[in-house]
Amino acid sequence: MKRRIPLLLTTLVGVIFVVQFFVPHKPFSDMQGLLSDWVQIIAAFAIWLGALNLMRVSAENVQRRERNWPYAAIIIASFLAISVVGFFFSGGTHFQDPGTPFDWMYQNVYNPLSATMFAMLAFYVASASYRAFRARNREATLLLLAGFLVMLGRVPVGDKLSGFLPEGYRLSNLADLIMNIPNKAGQRAIMIGIALGIVSTSLRLILGIEKSHLGGEG
Amino acid sequence: MGIELRRAILLALVLLAGTLLSHARVGAQTPGSAAEPIGAPLLPPASVVADDTPNDSGRSLTLRWALSPSDREEDGAFAGYQILRAQSPEGPFVAVGDTPARTAEFVDNRELRDGTRYYYQIVARRGDALAPSVIAGPAIPAAQWFHTGRVNTLIAVLVLSGLIIYFIEHARRGRPIFLRKIAGLDAVDEAVGRATEMGKKILFIPGTQDMDSVQTLAGIAILGRVARTTATYGSALEVPVSRSLVMVAARETVKESYLATGHPDSYNDDMVYYLTDDQFGYAAALEGIMVREKPAAIFLQGHFYAEALILAENGNSIGAIQIAGTAEPSQLPFFVATCDYTLIGEEFFVAGAYLSREPRQLGSLKGQDLGKAIILALLLVGIVVQTAGIFDFASLFVVQ
Repeated sequence: MKRRIPLLLTTLVGVIFVVQFFVPHKPFSDMQGLLSDWVQIIAAFAIWLGALNLMRVSAENVQRRERNWPYAAIIIASFLAISVVGFFFSGGTHFQDPGTPFDWMYQNVYNPLSATMFAMLAFYVASASYRAFRARNREATLLLLAGFLVMLGRVPVGDKLSGFLPEGYRLSNLADLIMNIPNKAGQRAIMIGIALGIVSTSLRLILGIEKSHLGGEG
Repeated sequence: MGIELRRAILLALVLLAGTLLSHARVGAQTPGSAAEPIGAPLLPPASVVADDTPNDSGRSLTLRWALSPSDREEDGAFAGYQILRAQSPEGPFVAVGDTPARTAEFVDNRELRDGTRYYYQIVARRGDALAPSVIAGPAIPAAQWFHTGRVNTLIAVLVLSGLIIYFIEHARRGRPIFLRKIAGLDAVDEAVGRATEMGKKILFIPGTQDMDSVQTLAGIAILGRVARTTATYGSALEVPVSRSLVMVAARETVKESYLATGHPDSYNDDMVYYLTDDQFGYAAALEGIMVREKPAAIFLQGHFYAEALILAENGNSIGAIQIAGTAEPSQLPFFVATCDYTLIGEEFFVAGAYLSREPRQLGSLKGQDLGKAIILALLLVGIVVQTAGIFDFASLFVVQ
């Protein structure tokens, strides 16, 4: 029973979503919005589940003085600080308004930290590219060559270097050719495979063959 | 001097006449110049047609008309069209909307009732001057039971689903199904075994999206298989998640795997824990876990965005064996560059079935492969038909 009801619900909701795509008539036309609202409501309640779990695990780490427990203490302190400031010192429901203490913390603590993480991507791209573009074999050499031509074709110096060639045969055109033909063809092949995979997975879920997300066999 | 002056006047007159003539010619070639000149009386739009909006849920009508001859780009005073509606041709007509100049369509979905007759007038406006069209209608709004613009999708869904269901039945009867080897999935045991030998943790990251993403579901299916292996080998498994609902589903999956392999005592809820919904907060926390705890094997299986490279590159820097899988094309190159094995697109979706070896699931993979063969055949036919200019083959695949 514990598994059968969720499976039935999965099948029912799956069929409703398929039908509403083809039937614009009521009640199917309203179903997508209605079910999306339900998801939002469930997710809103579930946030507490996650937050409480995070606090419990962190508190246990601090209490037992486990390895790296100071990080857990920082999590608890940060969580309490932003919650207390947001709930009690930022004008109630207007806590997100510019100028509130909550907004100050958001703009001056959260945003810079988030931006720092995002900015680190630049360094990771450089180190990952260095490894990927090493000409170890034929495929990697092709990748290196294509990458080199695309990069050169995307900057003004590329067209300066190939300026002696007629219009349409310069490095920027070659870069466009690589991006629009072999690259796009490869991407589309992957997309077709993904679409078929999604259809197949969805069908397995709707038919109740795939139930590992419910903790079941299959 | 007098002769020169006369010549100059004559030359000026010739030039003036030439300029006027050329202007007259240009005017004659300009589209729409057949209409009356600017400043002439305002003319109404013609050929007004009001119809039910197709393929909708009702309470909507679509109006189309031919632009008023006064509606020209060079006429800056032309303000556009006002839409009037009534329930009887005698009126009263009330304004229900406006459109800017050079617009010949309007969708009216304001307080309409299905099954009621409506009449329309389109009024051209220039300053205070108004030019109403003839009355169009009656038009009756109605909901449709089938979206005719999606017949092609329906056929594709029926064919694909039919093939998949056929092969599921085929496999259920015990007929053998050939599966090509997928290196990334065959390496699951190797990765878990290596972590066990080293006495280190296995980190499973199911992406940053919620349970409404099919990629998260596929990731959870792989987690079930990985958990069975860790339960059998007695390895330490850690699953930090970024969504509360994923935490609940992942706990159920891991718990069931430990129960199924006869190791319920090895399971505890804290193996799966929540970190944060925030994308970069999650990435930062995982980065810290990787650097501090140095897991021997990392599984990145799910829906990833920009955090993909941060995670995979960190895993690479600590020397962990990494098996990634996603259906996010923009993140695949990063995984290919940084991970030992990558499940690309469809491989990621077949992983659950591949690892389970359950006949019905394997049958669905066969159906999926045949679907791919049909698409390949259609691509070849399309290339020939479209290149030869026989007809617009691509238009068959447009979905409204």
